[in-house]
Amino acid sequence: MIGAMMASSYNEDGHITVSGPGGGTLRSKKPENTAFKQQRLPAWQPILTAGTVLPAFFIIGLIFIPIGIGLYVTSNNIKEFEIDYTGEDVSSPCFNCSQSFSWNSTRPCTCVIPFYLEQPYESSVFMYYGLSNFYQNHRRYVKSRDDSQLNGDMESLLKPSKECEPYAMNENKPIAPCGAIANSMFNDTFELFYNDPNGTKVQIPLSNTGIAWWTDKHVKFRNPGLNNPNLTAAFQGTTKPVNWRRPVYELDSAPDNNGFINEDFIVWMRTAALPTFRKLYRIINKTSNMVPTLPRGNYTLEVVYNYPVRSFDGRKRMILSTISWMGGKNPFLGIAYITVGSVCFFLGVVLLIIHHKCGNRSNSADISN
Amino acid sequence: MFFSPPVFLFISIHLSLRQCVGEEIWVDSRTVYIGHKEPPPGAEAYIPQRYPDNRIVSSKYTFWNFIPKNLFEQFRRIANFYFLVIFLVQLIIDTPTSPVTSGLPLFFVITVTAIKQGYEDWLRHKADCSINECPVDVVQRGKVVRTQSHKLRVGDIVVVREDETFPCDLILLSSSRHDGTCYVTTTSLDGESSHKVPGQEVDSLHATIECEQPQPDLYKFVGRINIYKDKEEPVARPLGAENLLLRGATLKNTHHIYGTVAVYTGMETKMALNYQSKSQKRSAVEKSMNAFLIVYLCILISKAVINTVLKYAWQWSPDRDEPWYNHRTENERQRHVVIRAFTDFLAFMVLFNYIIPVSMYVTVEMQKFLGSYFITWDEEMFDEELGEGAQVNTSDLNEELGQVEYVFTDKTGTLTENNMEFIECCVDGNVYIPHEHEDLFFRALCLCHTVQVKEEETVDGIKRGIHQGRPTSFYISSSPDEVALVEGMKRGLFLFARLELKPLKKINEHEKVSPSLCQDCLPFRFELLHVLNFDSVRRRMSVIVKSSSGEYLLFCKGADSSIFPRVVSGKVEQVKARVEQNAVEGLRTLCVAYKRLSHSEYEEACHHLTTAKLALQDREQRLAQAYDIIERDFVLLGATAVEDRLQEKAADTIESLHKAGMKVWVLTGDKMETAAATCYASKLFRRSTQILELTKKRTEEQSLHDVLFELNRTVLRQRSISGYEIMLSVDCLDFGLIIDGATLSAVLKPNQEGAGPGNYREIFLEICRNCSAVLCCRMAPLQKAQIVKLIKASKEHPITLAIGDGANDVSMILEAHVGIGIMGKEGRQAARNSDYAIPKFKHLKKMLLVHGHYYYIRIAELVQYFFYKNVCFIFPQFLYQFFCGFSQQPLYDTAYLTLYNISFTSLPILLYSLVEQHVTMETLKKDPSLYRDIAKNSLLRWPVFLYWTCLGVFDAVIFFFGAYFLFDNTTFTSNGQMFGNWTFGTLVFTVLVFTVTLKLALDTHHWTWINHFVIWGSLLFYVIFSLLWGGIIWPFLNYQRMYYVFMQMLSSGPAWLSIILLITVSLLPDVIKKVLCRTMCPTISSCCALSSPFSLLAAP
Repeated sequence: MIGAMMASSYNEDGHITVSGPGGGTLRSKKPENTAFKQQRLPAWQPILTAGTVLPAFFIIGLIFIPIGIGLYVTSNNIKEFEIDYTGEDVSSPCFNCSQSFSWNSTRPCTCVIPFYLEQPYESSVFMYYGLSNFYQNHRRYVKSRDDSQLNGDMESLLKPSKECEPYAMNENKPIAPCGAIANSMFNDTFELFYNDPNGTKVQIPLSNTGIAWWTDKHVKFRNPGLNNPNLTAAFQGTTKPVNWRRPVYELDSAPDNNGFINEDFIVWMRTAALPTFRKLYRIINKTSNMVPTLPRGNYTLEVVYNYPVRSFDGRKRMILSTISWMGGKNPFLGIAYITVGSVCFFLGVVLLIIHHKCGNRSNSADISN
Repeated sequence: MFFSPPVFLFISIHLSLRQCVGEEIWVDSRTVYIGHKEPPPGAEAYIPQRYPDNRIVSSKYTFWNFIPKNLFEQFRRIANFYFLVIFLVQLIIDTPTSPVTSGLPLFFVITVTAIKQGYEDWLRHKADCSINECPVDVVQRGKVVRTQSHKLRVGDIVVVREDETFPCDLILLSSSRHDGTCYVTTTSLDGESSHKVPGQEVDSLHATIECEQPQPDLYKFVGRINIYKDKEEPVARPLGAENLLLRGATLKNTHHIYGTVAVYTGMETKMALNYQSKSQKRSAVEKSMNAFLIVYLCILISKAVINTVLKYAWQWSPDRDEPWYNHRTENERQRHVVIRAFTDFLAFMVLFNYIIPVSMYVTVEMQKFLGSYFITWDEEMFDEELGEGAQVNTSDLNEELGQVEYVFTDKTGTLTENNMEFIECCVDGNVYIPHEHEDLFFRALCLCHTVQVKEEETVDGIKRGIHQGRPTSFYISSSPDEVALVEGMKRGLFLFARLELKPLKKINEHEKVSPSLCQDCLPFRFELLHVLNFDSVRRRMSVIVKSSSGEYLLFCKGADSSIFPRVVSGKVEQVKARVEQNAVEGLRTLCVAYKRLSHSEYEEACHHLTTAKLALQDREQRLAQAYDIIERDFVLLGATAVEDRLQEKAADTIESLHKAGMKVWVLTGDKMETAAATCYASKLFRRSTQILELTKKRTEEQSLHDVLFELNRTVLRQRSISGYEIMLSVDCLDFGLIIDGATLSAVLKPNQEGAGPGNYREIFLEICRNCSAVLCCRMAPLQKAQIVKLIKASKEHPITLAIGDGANDVSMILEAHVGIGIMGKEGRQAARNSDYAIPKFKHLKKMLLVHGHYYYIRIAELVQYFFYKNVCFIFPQFLYQFFCGFSQQPLYDTAYLTLYNISFTSLPILLYSLVEQHVTMETLKKDPSLYRDIAKNSLLRWPVFLYWTCLGVFDAVIFFFGAYFLFDNTTFTSNGQMFGNWTFGTLVFTVLVFTVTLKLALDTHHWTWINHFVIWGSLLFYVIFSLLWGGIIWPFLNYQRMYYVFMQMLSSGPAWLSIILLITVSLLPDVIKKVLCRTMCPTISSCCALSSPFSLLAAP
């Protein structure tokens, strides 16, 4: 009886013990159950093991070796002839020219270099000049140009950028083209003669078109004074670079190869990456399928020796080369491909052995576990 | 806004002190004139003091000072400052790269940070504004006037209604509740209370409040109120923390409170003072990152020095220095050679400065910030009951979660539920057997607590309990033990004291509510006179009551260790035996004692208490002294036992932590037997564990010195027998150490004999090192922090983690490398002070084993990869100097230099560092030993760093010399035309970008669609950008060197072939290393990845 009374009074008052957190908020802060938030996005989980990498190594080996061989063979088929005409040696035909060089001599010094081609050059032949120890990639040199001037901007023509210093102004006249690169443009000229076995000396035609990038010639380099046929007038008020013999508008007689769009000039303006470099000079186009472009035999190279390299121990070369789809003679690429392919193949074999041994070992370890 | 959701906490104290006048003179105090009324003449001189208004300014910036202040803050960071210096050097001297290359990334970084901070500050401004402008009722000249919060001034009398938050720190003057108390909800405050000024109209009240100057401790407030009545001595009453209503808390369960007076306003409120950034903890990863940075800085400087020296050696001959085709300007020529050399040095520094990755800090910060969301988003760490998930208070330590070696855990509330259930009581040694003392015993339990009764059907809008539709009441207390006891009493009283139920219950309800109503003198009605609050140092609490018969009684309950020494009579032996038995069963025991006070004794006690309470200085200390004097000469009544069940999966979690190689220490204030029982239940100690005891009992028998040496010998012998290898394995015999607080302080005490053989600290550490589990019982809160500090400072410098739920764990949470708070029942203080807060102990497992592990491998890869990719980036540039006459000619174009780090290679690694999972989450959880793989910062140690750097150098050499031999003196195109230096650089750069990105792809174990998108997308972006960059004559540039370079390169067959070749060669060593490492010396995680059923490419 008493118990019932107590119970009822308990219920009336209804004590419930609550300690600590009394309630909490109503709105749930439960995080969303999305794959991203729970870091459960479906995923591909590749693992590099001997087993998985093995086939890749063999495949690389199998692909690289043939490519390498192909490249090597192609490179070997390319014919290249190089002649150094610096004239350091007393015996060299250009010795005199190199010794007697002076900046203000008016009479050009010519030297004649005979050489013999042992193989006929079948396809088009590319004639390069090469310089050594010439730092075209020197920072002071690389930036010493004014691209907007070369792009035909009149304002820059008369007021060259200060990057061109100290080759920006001469006798208070702006230099066009300004800068060290333009100022030091290569100005030796080559003429090539084939000495026919019958004694006659045939001059080989050298083409000077297509030696510069098309985009350079047609977009990047432009003469000032849009479509002004009179280049002399367009360059009015400017002066030639100090080391040049002629002003820029007299570089060539052909109007589409004169001024800033002279291809020799454009080629020179593309600064080389390394101190030993070659630049395309002329192209000897293939004339017919029957006759090789350059038959086997004796040739004479006539050089007008204008460009001094002796002061910085430089070297000057003339290179004749044929070209394949992969460019000039470069055995390195082929050898590299063959080497890498072989290494991959070899590693594949090594891994196969390792995989075989360790695979067994780990399997047994698994079983023992 | 700064407090997390509410937890009800009540403490109510009615103070019926007689008037007392404090005599102290204090300096650091303020006098508040209630209602701005001057005190009557004759009192202290009225000195109007100036206080700030109630404007809360949490924002850092104003509209005007944002830019300068933000910039200043940002450039105080060393990395930003470094790049600023580089940028300025580029502006001043003629450097190889334009200032844009470092200016743009710097600008980008600064802008992004500024936008983020600006946005956050704008949000703060908005929040401030809404707080400052919220309406507040103020009593002015007898009328309630509505005003805006920020116009409140110190001394204003404020009216607060239910569910309103307090606009500033207030002193309660009167409440609508008949007992003059009010309830406050907040998670952060441990109590609230009231001070009623009887018979005073609030408006006509003439009083001043003297109190200390603002200070940030939420639990401390010392002050007194002086009430001036006409021609009378001013009445002074003490004010403590229980009288203070803190800003940010909310009024609950009380219709309104009148006449609260503002004491601290605006930025001086305790909340505002607390809103300060905590001490900066730096993770181990960050430390190694900084070490790597210093190495790279040295590399950078030495590179610059080497190049400068070589440059001048090379230029010795004037034909090299100034060949005819490349003259200096006149200006340059005239410069002194020393200045020239210095300029060159700076130029080289600028050229190579990218080796210190500008974007690394931003990426790391973004990774940490974004990555921490995965913790808060984690559904498995969400607790339905609590309605909360994990919280991240700092994202700086994410990766440290993967490095933990020592776990220090609290017991109550962390390992256990802290949900107490009353099991039994023992009165005079007899369990449940009535006795003449029994009445007194239960009376003691019913009276000696601070439990509050709440009568309401709903609490915070949530219907609770089963008594739907009927008014229900709850016992609410800050201590779950007490609730369990009182509830147990209620149950118990049905059995043993039925007749007393009603009156007792009434006492329960009314003793706190209104003792003044208890004048009808029912037999069991008591007037509560004093409460001597619980504290963890004393480990007991007492009440002084006056029974209806006019008798003064003091009831005390507390830990056995603190009661027994103070007992003079009672059946001590029997109770002691029972207490020990209960403790072995893992029950929490409390002892109850009482003493009768004569009127004079009571008066004396009262005097002690009031003087102590009125003290403004050293109040704590004086109170402790007073308590000590009063609480003695008890008569022992009996003991209670309360069960605290283990949290679910606590044992599983501890086992996993053990397997993961962590050492778990339990630090508790409980009795050794209780704690040891819990440790066995939670599998901290296993049957096989050999227990080493280092307790007071033992050191009393032998000297501490002998015990220590003996234990050390045991440990060492075991190790030499079983051999080192077996020690490392999990299942072998392991040691568990039990140490108590007293012995610990003896061990830690500096040895008087100096550096003799008894350097206990070292021996103790040596023993601990060999124990997988340590139990520290009877610990004072400060000792917890001490022990963490001790382990932190030991010679291996292990990473420590402290986890706890109560205010007494805060010190160790702050001390440990990583502090984790449990959102427990003892308030939020631990969670607020922690770095991470989780709802339950079991969540620690996922936090460390999964999140910690992931964060660590992610950030380790991030850091290593960043250095690697910048070595790859800059080293070719260094090599190029040998081929361009040391002229600082950059290899790459400006655009590439600028964008390499901020767009071509930044996103893949950021994404990798957010979503990479080298093994699946399930595996990590299933196999805790994987955690050992990354222990001791294994992915960021010097050999690994060296490997990455060497790999970077190797790749850079391959890039450069590969391109060099291909370019060397040969034609690259099928039309005979030649390429220049920019094509050379672009070729190297293309190989670089592809290699570096593919290297990351090789490292990615977890390819989600996002990875595919970002990796292939960024490569595609590079190609598209290059096509665009070279495709147009850009009108705003003064150079067009990149025009068509990229297209021309792509039109050449050998370029393609060499790019493919160089990428293959660069990646080859890393692939081989990976395969060999996996096959020859597999780590556990790699094995698990292999056996994982999710892997598609797994070996057969």
